[in-house]
Amino acid sequence: MQIKPVLVALKKHRLATLLIALEIALACAVLCNAVFMIASRLSAMQLVSGVDESSLGFIQLGGFDPKSAHDLNARVVAGLGAIPGVQAVRVINSVPFGPAAGAFGVTLDQAGKQFRGVPELYLGAPGTPEALGLKLVAGRMPGAEDYQTVLEGYLPANSNVLVTRVFAEHLWPGEDALGKTFWTGRNQFRVIGVVAQLSVQQYDEEGERGAQWTVFVPVQPGPQLAGTYLVRADPRELDRVMVDARTALAKIAPDAVVDHQQSDTLPALRTRFFQADRALTGMLVGVIVSLLGVTALGIVGLASFWVAQRRKQIGIRRAIGATRGDILRYFQTENFLIVTFGIALGMLLAFVLNALLMKFYELPHLPLYYLPLGAIALWVLGQLAVLGPALRAARVPPVVATRTA
Amino acid sequence: MFGYYLDLALRSLKRNRVLTALMVLAIALGIGTSMTTLTVMHVLSGDPIPQKSAQLFRVRMDVSPDDHFRQGDKVPDNLTRRDAEALLRDGKADHQAAMSAGAMVVVSAQGEPLRVATRYTGADFFPMFDVPMRYGQAWRPEDDAARARVAVISGDLNEQLFGGKDSVGKTLQVGGQSLRIVGVLGDWAMNPRFYDLSNGQFGNSEQVFLPLSTALDLKLSTSGSLTCWGSAPDSRAPEAPCIWLQYWAELDTPAKAAAYRQYLQNYIALQQQGGRFSHPGLAEELDVMQWLDAKGVVPSDVRLQTWLALGFLGICLLNTVGLLLAKFLRRSGEIGVRRALGASRRAIFLQCLVEAGVVGLAGGVLGLALAALGLVLVRHQPTDYAAYIHMDLSMLLLTFALALASSLLAGLLPAWRAMQVAPAVALKSN
Repeated sequence: MQIKPVLVALKKHRLATLLIALEIALACAVLCNAVFMIASRLSAMQLVSGVDESSLGFIQLGGFDPKSAHDLNARVVAGLGAIPGVQAVRVINSVPFGPAAGAFGVTLDQAGKQFRGVPELYLGAPGTPEALGLKLVAGRMPGAEDYQTVLEGYLPANSNVLVTRVFAEHLWPGEDALGKTFWTGRNQFRVIGVVAQLSVQQYDEEGERGAQWTVFVPVQPGPQLAGTYLVRADPRELDRVMVDARTALAKIAPDAVVDHQQSDTLPALRTRFFQADRALTGMLVGVIVSLLGVTALGIVGLASFWVAQRRKQIGIRRAIGATRGDILRYFQTENFLIVTFGIALGMLLAFVLNALLMKFYELPHLPLYYLPLGAIALWVLGQLAVLGPALRAARVPPVVATRTA
Repeated sequence: MFGYYLDLALRSLKRNRVLTALMVLAIALGIGTSMTTLTVMHVLSGDPIPQKSAQLFRVRMDVSPDDHFRQGDKVPDNLTRRDAEALLRDGKADHQAAMSAGAMVVVSAQGEPLRVATRYTGADFFPMFDVPMRYGQAWRPEDDAARARVAVISGDLNEQLFGGKDSVGKTLQVGGQSLRIVGVLGDWAMNPRFYDLSNGQFGNSEQVFLPLSTALDLKLSTSGSLTCWGSAPDSRAPEAPCIWLQYWAELDTPAKAAAYRQYLQNYIALQQQGGRFSHPGLAEELDVMQWLDAKGVVPSDVRLQTWLALGFLGICLLNTVGLLLAKFLRRSGEIGVRRALGASRRAIFLQCLVEAGVVGLAGGVLGLALAALGLVLVRHQPTDYAAYIHMDLSMLLLTFALALASSLLAGLLPAWRAMQVAPAVALKSN
């Protein structure tokens, strides 16, 4: 197929060519960025919590008298533990995807000079790391002696804690974290174990806190830690267990109110946590589909117009020996050239758009491989859209050449 | 003349229904998505208290001790109890109140415990935010000082507890204590809830309001952001190194606002001289719209969607330009005849624009339907603002203005080309 005659013909329709190319360019820019945003939403939704989500549920009670905390904890742990199918009940301050329960700024020194960010703390009663299913990668799990009674405030003065691998690396890059200490205010933490993963409660991508910036502090339940419970059950029975638990609580703890919004299985809490991301993804998919649809319609419209306009020329070409395939390929080549021109412009636009988005929405850099992918998508779209009009052109009989007008 | 052009336009549009439908659909899709996202933006960035938003100021300050101060850190939004009480004592503003959110359990008429959202604040809260009262009235400043066991409840809670009857004088049982109801709110909900953005930005007003002093006295639980600089046995104690109280002031004139700014600077300077910290410290007051802007109440997702939708409208318009161009130039012969019979270029241009305008209006109507559909989808989204998204008259008018303007814009270039058709050439080639 010769390209030169196609180019010469396009020069005669500069305006229309430019319009379609511009449309393709805008579509390319929006498409690349929208697909990229979808991909980053999807990867955000893959957040690893580090706990056995499918076996876990969370219960939050409110409205009870803090003075009765000890008694309430004992009643709930015993009462829920008696429900058939429950493997463990532990007092814990919160769970991944649960309510935000405690973020503390930490420093490497007691004087509070070497600030190292604001991790989230998990506080749990004996057996909590095991019930969560945390995977130890170094050191040891807290033993019975590590679970201290908190006499004043929220934390023990000195605790032996677990940190995640990511947070240990953040505090002491390249060093062994075991045995090292860090502080929050006057409370000292000593690392006795490093766990593979344990995600924060409410991860905010735009915040300064990493998804795995967490510390597990072993404590005994008491007035500072009451009313929030971790329930572990077989994954197949979890939903039933949580329903039973909520009914049972009316009898076990008539003095407290169940927070129905927060009390749910971890899979349900996770789903709810990512609802907005899913909604955004759906909306972006909608935009992409309509975008491609409108662009294809534009190509069909303009190509049909050109075919109608050139009926006579096509007839003449057919009369002097062009095959149907030649005509078909002519329109396909024409479309390919216009789309290529649009894509070239669109790649530039995509980068400008991405730069703007990066500036205002702290989006990461658009990876280069999105551009050829976007280009291929638009080439395919263009070829599909032009196929109908081009086939119609190929069906123009040579006899048209002999007719006037 | 306009009527004639309209008639011509309709005839022309009817002649090629598929092309017309494509154009109308393209504009409608562009308008539909743009209007959906613009409406969300409009609602979210709206002024919750238009009559007073320039006179209400959120006060925030940085009085962190030196070991917690880092240059370039964000200014904390909340105050310590010590600072809030100092500002309240001075009472330099027309109205002022420190406040915090909380939650408590009350027992309903059926004997069921209800968890209700509460606000602990001062007597000034009600006149400051123009809160309407259905029954009774707000507590008085003396009640704040006396830690009086009083409460104001919302109309909703009054409905649930007392069947909507005047409940002033009745009591509310809270954790063994009883609070005397002094007032019942009329319909009042601020969306966004600008005075406290940390506990759900959209939704109904709190159900129980009581004096902050009373809540502290009864040790009722508070909710919301709490940051402490050191360990404190009781983070709500008068001298606890914790920031957790929201502070609002009403300053009715710019002169008063300037004076108050000076007062805050002096206050900070005094704190520094008093040895609380050695860095310069910072105090500022933001009016309602500045405050909402600083807190980014319009989610970045929504802004992003708006830009995407406008980009999409751009693509739809380019598409329409191309189709209109094809349509007009296809009629070169017809235009040639009209020109030969004496129609001026201006007349051809106007005729083409009328046709584009008709397409735009049709696209606007269909786009409005699509936007309504889009808003239904938005209302089903799991966001706290979903329930408040609706289209008002101004957005309705904007839809048509946008549709008409964009289709006329799209028609300009094709109409320009159409009017330049040379009659002789057009007639000859036919």
